Amino acid sequence: MSDIKADVFLDITNLVCPMTFVKAKATMEDMEVGQIIEIRMNESEPIQNVPRSLKEEGHEILKVINNNDGTYTVFVKKGGQE
Amino acid sequence: MKEVNYNELKKGGFMRQVQKGYFSMRLRVVGGRLSAEQLKKIYEVANKYGRGYIHLTARQGVEIPFIKLEDIEAVKKELSEAGIEPGACGPRVRTITACQGSSICPNGIIDTTELANECDKRYYAQELPHKFKIGITGCGNNCLKAEENDLGIKGAVKPEWEKSNCTFCGLCQAVCPTKAIQIDEKNKEITIDRDKCTYCGRCVKSCPTNSWKGKPGYLLYFGGMFGNNIALGKQILPILFSKEDVHKVIQATLEFYKKYGKQGERFRNTIERVGWDIFKKELEKAIENERGDLDE
Ligand code: SF4
Ligand code: SF4
Ligand code: SF4
Repeated sequence: MSDIKADVFLDITNLVCPMTFVKAKATMEDMEVGQIIEIRMNESEPIQNVPRSLKEEGHEILKVINNNDGTYTVFVKKGGQE
Repeated sequence: MKEVNYNELKKGGFMRQVQKGYFSMRLRVVGGRLSAEQLKKIYEVANKYGRGYIHLTARQGVEIPFIKLEDIEAVKKELSEAGIEPGACGPRVRTITACQGSSICPNGIIDTTELANECDKRYYAQELPHKFKIGITGCGNNCLKAEENDLGIKGAVKPEWEKSNCTFCGLCQAVCPTKAIQIDEKNKEITIDRDKCTYCGRCVKSCPTNSWKGKPGYLLYFGGMFGNNIALGKQILPILFSKEDVHKVIQATLEFYKKYGKQGERFRNTIERVGWDIFKKELEKAIENERGDLDE
């Protein structure tokens, strides 16, 4: 597992594009700047697009872990003014 | 009634229908883009001269069916006032198709609209032995299916890794569709298998620390066709980084086709008959003139 401690956990493995990104974005809006979210998502389309879109929104991707079961866990730090 | 020159009509985008005396009019659309004003004019013409509908073709074309022979001149005039020209049919360079590309689509690597407009200006409706299709797609997702065209262009990136900012987060390895990237977190190294890399640019777009840099470029595909005979276009040149090189290659391709192609022979068959190696040499000559060598 990872040494990063998350403040929020989100599972978007049951969603399809574009709801994967929308759900992640909406959840992060309720977080404080600097807090960390752990998002579990499916491989292929979500892993290709969700982290990248979050980066474009100004958040920081800290770590990506391949769970080797068709899913990835991604740690993201909320960006913006501290 | 004066004699009708069907060939002239066809050249000008009017295709004879099953129904006697009626024509379906093909319009000139570049890169799949029409202004709202143009659409409004098309709507008016389809209502006034056609049957109140249009047909969208498989290659981003717009056709207005059921135009009467005697209305053709009036229709042409009305459309041209709104800046819409008839499209090309027959043995010539057809509609340049393009996806939305980097100016709209977050995946886009090249500005497809700009390139489509340039190609339209330079090559559209040039006379050739047979129809010739050019299609431009902004990235490896290939929404515009580059390989289906006689000449297809695809946005691409050649990635280079820089260690300095890399946090070894693992994202590039996770997004690479061909598993070309290997992260060695212990030794703080990342390796890329160049033979596996398809220049899709996902690593560059995704990296949170911009540790992957990439030069945007163009992959070209030749000899695709999707009619009675089906063949996928082949990538025979390395990635090109300059748009001027792309134009030189297109120019050389059209010249090759004009020089060697037999009337009614699709471009693919011309290449097969004359030889891929000869074709490739002509293309290389076109770009080597100035640079002396090719980037790999
Ligand atoms: S080919 Fe790429 S750039 Fe073009 S529309 Fe598809 S995803 Fe976007
Ligand atoms: S995505 Fe960027 S920061 Fe993350 S491992 Fe790859 S190169 Fe390093
Ligand atoms: S450009 Fe695409 S295929 Fe090449 S290494 Fe990057 S992600 Fe993998």
